Formats: sequence, C-alpha cells, structure tokens
Amino acid sequence: MRGAEVEGRGAWQGIASVLLFLCLWQIGAGWAGSRLFPGPLAVLQSLVREAVDGPLLHHLGITLARVGISFGIAMVAGTALGVALGRLGWLDRWLNPWLVILLNVPALVIIILTYVWLGLVETALLVAVALNKIPNVAVTLREGARALDRDYTDVAQVYRFGAWTTLREVIAPQLAPYALAAARNGLALVWKIVLVVELLGRSNGVGFQLQSYFQLFDVPRVMAYAAAFVLCVLLIEAVLFAPLERRSGRWRR
Amino acid sequence: MTIRIMIARKIHPAQGGAPPRVLFDNLALELADGEVCAIVGPSGIGKSSLLQIVAGLDADFEGSVTGLRQPVGYLFQTPRLLPWRTARRNLELALPDQPAKAGEWLRQIGLAGSEDVYPHQLSLGMARRVALARALAVEPKLLLLDEPFASLDDDTSREMQNLVASHVRRLRPTTLLVTHHWHEAAALAHRVITLGGSPARIVEDRPFHEARAAE
Repeated sequence: MRGAEVEGRGAWQGIASVLLFLCLWQIGAGWAGSRLFPGPLAVLQSLVREAVDGPLLHHLGITLARVGISFGIAMVAGTALGVALGRLGWLDRWLNPWLVILLNVPALVIIILTYVWLGLVETALLVAVALNKIPNVAVTLREGARALDRDYTDVAQVYRFGAWTTLREVIAPQLAPYALAAARNGLALVWKIVLVVELLGRSNGVGFQLQSYFQLFDVPRVMAYAAAFVLCVLLIEAVLFAPLERRSGRWRR
Repeated sequence: MTIRIMIARKIHPAQGGAPPRVLFDNLALELADGEVCAIVGPSGIGKSSLLQIVAGLDADFEGSVTGLRQPVGYLFQTPRLLPWRTARRNLELALPDQPAKAGEWLRQIGLAGSEDVYPHQLSLGMARRVALARALAVEPKLLLLDEPFASLDDDTSREMQNLVASHVRRLRPTTLLVTHHWHEAAALAHRVITLGGSPARIVEDRPFHEARAAE
C-alpha cells in the first residue's frame, strides 16, 4: 500500500475519532443538563461570541506573543547548551547535576520565585517560562550532539568545508530530528506554563481571562478560551512542524 | 615536497571489550612528491588508521606528519556521502569554487541523470564511484585511497582504475593506496609497503616490480 494512502486513511481515522468524541460529549452534556458541563455547541457559541464581540482575540494575541518569545528563547538557549554539553564532556560533568535539578524543580516554584525576585513584570514571565523549558530542550539536544556521526565531520575536515558549511550541511541535518522533537514538546509545555504564569501575575492574556471566568464559574467561556488556544497549536503544527518534518526527512528511505 | 611520517607510538583505544593495544611503534615512512605507494598487509593491522593519521583526522599519537599539502582527496573505506544531500550536492560541497564540475564528474563516472538522487537510492558501487569522484575532483596534492575498488563489479572496477590512473598520471598527487589486490597496485603503484607484526611495522618496502617478482 502506498505511503500517501496510509497517511490519508490515518488522517480520516483521526478526524472520525474527534467527531465521535464530540458526539459523545454533546450527548453527555445534554444528559447532565448542567451549566457547569456545557456541550461542544455551547462552547462553540461562546467561542464565536468572545471572538466577535469579546476580548478573546486581544488576549489570545498577547498570550501567543508571550509563547512565541519564551519558546524562541528556550529553543535557542537550550539548543546551545545541549550541543555544548553533548560535545564537551567536562562541561557535561559540571552542569549535569544542575540540569537534573532544574528538570525536577516544580514549574510553579520557578514561577513564584521569578515573580518574587524580578517583580510582576513581563521579563519575569519570559524568564520563568524559559527556565522551565530550557532543561528539556538541552537534554534532548545533548542526545543529538552525542549521536553526531564522526564519519561525516571527518569528511567536512578533509574537504575543508569551513565552520559555517560544516554547521549547515553536516551538523544541523543530524540535529534536526532532535530539535524538532524538542520544539514539539516545547510548544506543548510552554503554552501551558505561560497560562499559569499569566494566571499568577499578569493582568492580561488567556491565563488571566481563564482565572476571571473561573471566579465566575463561567465554564463555557473557560472552555472557549482553551479551545481557541488548542486550535492555534493545531494550526502551528499543520503549517510549521509538519512541513518542517517532511522537509527534514525527505532524504530518508 | 617529501611527506615524512613518523609515528613513535600509537595506541588503539579499547573497543567492544577488546583491551587497548599498541598499533604502531616507531613506524617511519617517507613519500616522495608524486609517488604512488601501495600499502598491503593483513586485515586489522592498521592500514586505515595510518591513512587517518596522514589525513590529520587522528591526532591521538606520538610523532609527526610533515610536508602535507592541500587539497587532500580521501576515499574512505565506506563512501561517507552525506545521506541528506544529493549526489550532486555531495560533490559540490567539496568544490565550493567550481560547483559546475560536479555534473561533469558525475557524467565521467557514468552517473549522468543521478544528480538529484540521494545516497540511499544509489547502490553501494555507485555510491563508491561518487565518493571516488569527490576525492579526485578536488585535484588533490595528496590522494588517500582506502580499498578504492572494493564492491565494484569487474568492469566498473577496471573503469575506475583507469580513471584513477589517468588522473594520477596527469596531476601527479602523492598517493597512498590501501589494497589487498596486486592488480590494483599494478595499475597505480610505484612502490609497495608491506605491514606486518604487532605493533605493526614495515616488513617490506620495495619498488612495485621487485615486490611483484618476489610475490
């Protein structure tokens, strides 16, 4: 069977499972008959209302900007650190315990301490989110750097590719699958942390709005904001990660 | 310029449960400019390691290699084409100033039409031909060939030998050829060095015709 056919069938199975879930959810909500358990249609109505007449797009834009900036910082810093740890044994021996500690410190503790030390400012949010994510990226890229194939760097050395060409043509393609995995996991983690940070110390953004609607027990709006964000992440996956994955893997068997 | 290789001591690190061992101990070798020297000897004695040292890829030894001139062309035992780049791009990377030559070389080795093919789509023999083209295309001053005609069928092997021979005659790079086959040495080498023992040492160093007669 051709790969495209298998992929197409997989996509339809995924869509069918989502539709089935929505149907069951709607039936369950109708059966419960509670405003604390709205069905998907009620959530959709809230989503449209908040997008057209409410502040959803404004807060969504702010949160997406925060996600984008902190994700970028975490990816760049985490990649640099991970590659350095993977290539320099002495640095890895010095910093590995700190990496393990940072991986295991609860996100909430980092957020609270960053707000306490830096104040309730935008910088504190970005630092808190980046600090939570950098260790994950570093660990993944460290494995990538350890797995770099010496055979190809030998070729680059013999044929004098130079530093930039070696990085672009030899190192980056080998690190790409690791970077992509770190980016995918990273995005999923970063947006969740951003919402918590907004909830704890900002006066705008999706996290702040969720807190407001939680206090009002306005569950349809809470779900509408969550759905809006999930849709954004799915869109990013479809227009950014999936094409990148296809592009970086097209040379494989 | 004469290339002088002096390896006072080279220890092969422990690998796969095998303990470290002394690979070379006081091995000295001189290669005259333009000389083609075949290195023969049993498997595992260190022929490929010697090429790695001469190419500057292994600096973990006591001794020195002097008189090297760039560019170096190196045909490794495996093709070592970058799997994420096409056949043409693999050649272009070695030829940053003359990328157009990549297509000419692919034609010369009988791979016209395979420019945009990735290495995994080539047979091992085809990939070795691309790797050989890469080693020759840089017009090396030092050419290192590690069993260059292995995994080629007889006709292709002969064609590639002729290609290397004509290139060597024309540009006269100093050449080190690791081989197990006398006919390969016959096509190219002026001199044959036989490695033996442990640690490896030069047990014989003769002009090719004398070595052949003694065989």
